[in-house]
Amino acid sequence: MSKVYIALQENEESRYIVEAIEEDNPDATVIYQPAMIRVENERCMVIKRETVEEKMGREWELLALHVNLITIGGNVDEDEDQLSLTWNS
Amino acid sequence: MSKKKLNMKDRYRLLTRDLDWDYSYQDYEEIFKQESFEGIKITDWSKWEDPFRLTMDSYWKYQAEKEKKLYAIFDAFAQNNGQKNVTDARYVNAIKLFLTGVSPGEYQAHNGFAHVGRQLGGVGARVACQMQSLDELRHIQTQIHAMSHYNKHFDGFQDFAHMHDRVWYLSVPKSFFDDARSAGPFEFMVAIGFSFEYVLTNLLFVPFMSGAAYNGDMATVTFGFSAQSDEARHMTLGLEIIKFLLEQHPDNLPIVQRWMNKWLWRGYRVLTLVAMMMDYMLPNKVMSWQESFEVYFEEAAGALFKDLARYGIEMPPYAADAIAEKEHLSHQAWSIFYNYGHAAAFHTWMPTDEEMDWLSEKYPNSFDQYYRPRYEKWREMEEAGERFYNPTLPMLCQTCQIPMGFTDMENPTMTSYRQSEYDGDRYNFCSNGCKDIFDYEPEKYVQAWLPVHQIYQGNCGGAEMEDVLGDYYKMNLGADNLDFKGSPDEARWNAWHNLKPAEDKLKKAS
Repeated sequence: MSKVYIALQENEESRYIVEAIEEDNPDATVIYQPAMIRVENERCMVIKRETVEEKMGREWELLALHVNLITIGGNVDEDEDQLSLTWNS
Repeated sequence: MSKKKLNMKDRYRLLTRDLDWDYSYQDYEEIFKQESFEGIKITDWSKWEDPFRLTMDSYWKYQAEKEKKLYAIFDAFAQNNGQKNVTDARYVNAIKLFLTGVSPGEYQAHNGFAHVGRQLGGVGARVACQMQSLDELRHIQTQIHAMSHYNKHFDGFQDFAHMHDRVWYLSVPKSFFDDARSAGPFEFMVAIGFSFEYVLTNLLFVPFMSGAAYNGDMATVTFGFSAQSDEARHMTLGLEIIKFLLEQHPDNLPIVQRWMNKWLWRGYRVLTLVAMMMDYMLPNKVMSWQESFEVYFEEAAGALFKDLARYGIEMPPYAADAIAEKEHLSHQAWSIFYNYGHAAAFHTWMPTDEEMDWLSEKYPNSFDQYYRPRYEKWREMEEAGERFYNPTLPMLCQTCQIPMGFTDMENPTMTSYRQSEYDGDRYNFCSNGCKDIFDYEPEKYVQAWLPVHQIYQGNCGGAEMEDVLGDYYKMNLGADNLDFKGSPDEARWNAWHNLKPAEDKLKKAS
């Protein structure tokens, strides 16, 4: 049982990013800790630009994720449309 | 006319890979002299992947955005006298330890990545090292800026760089980075890029920084999380180097495994400081060291090593020793510092009743049995006006340089003690990990600058405690050191909180 995770600073932008993650990864668990939000999921998780843009109501570049990012666990793959975190085993 | 935007992969190819050239009039081996001596075999650098595909122009754009956010918060913190709003002045001592013990490591990492990036023949890896080197420089600068505000109001911050090179407990992180930087480029990448960044820094920057937020320290949580946002990229680089080395040649596997074993243990020992910061120095608690260790080490590193098993990598054997210590580490570390509170540039104290109860609850198998009785005795002595300070100097572990205060986990009242002989001299170690690391490269570790040996050899300012602590370490004796109770920090804190701000303002106005 390997969990991938992402932690974001708790702020207005992250709120929408987390909403998007929840929508695209219905089994993900969201944990609120002081000043941060940790989202974890079994094996893989995906963050889609389109869903985040929909939640924010504006254009958003995936690289902008770095501004609010605290940490990640898992193998990363990123292109302009999505970022995925996976464990292979 | 609008031009079609390049996609990320093409941008990365053009702005990173395309910056390289073939060497026509110099030998490759002359240009990258350090690439082969460690035994690592690279057959094709173009197989290097940067999963974030970050190009230098995007790097500047997003780093600038992070800096703007960060400095806006520093300004707000200073303008609102944020130092008065932390939970308790004792908390600030964790930040002193951070500035003296952790921030100089950022600078060491900056130097290390600048050097190593130059030694690697692959352009993708070079650019990633360049970004990380710049990140690390940003980290120490922002940390100094954040803490310069505390320096105006609390003792112990003034000479962090001088202290880092001399003070006994700071030789623990210093020697860790010196060890990594004096290794070859690939060992450095495994040491700092993988073992430290990927496996261990979460323990420092995530739960501790969340704790800083919970203790009203807006400046620290912000530089911590701002640094950590770079860390996510560093972690990816650390994992990439491992996958790359293992995919390049099967002969790399045993070398990489040995480095992982070594550096996981070296890094874990450095985090001893963080264990006690978590359990003892945050008045408002978020989670215990044990809890954060379970999430960010056992669970996260467990998943990571399971993923790497397809390459033949195994969980380093010392991980089991680290796990066995999780219920003891912070208490043993705090006890060492309480003992030597006169020789530390931050304050120590005995936990309050409420804090002891929290420790009992979080450590049901260890605290009441082994540590509470000791603390109660020390508190009794304190109440009788005989606060305990240990007047002797401790024996240090030759490898991690921590005083030999750790105990045997099978029998937690016995000191854990290992020995090796080399060239007619005897060397002492706190653990199997530290002994094995020495035994593999004794020529390196016999050269360790051990603070206690240096004091006894007369190399640290003189024979008296004051010569060493005052003249050589540059501690302001009676202000920076000793118990929190009775310190100038405590007096100032109490004075602030008895002030009536409105009246004070009126007085100033009239």
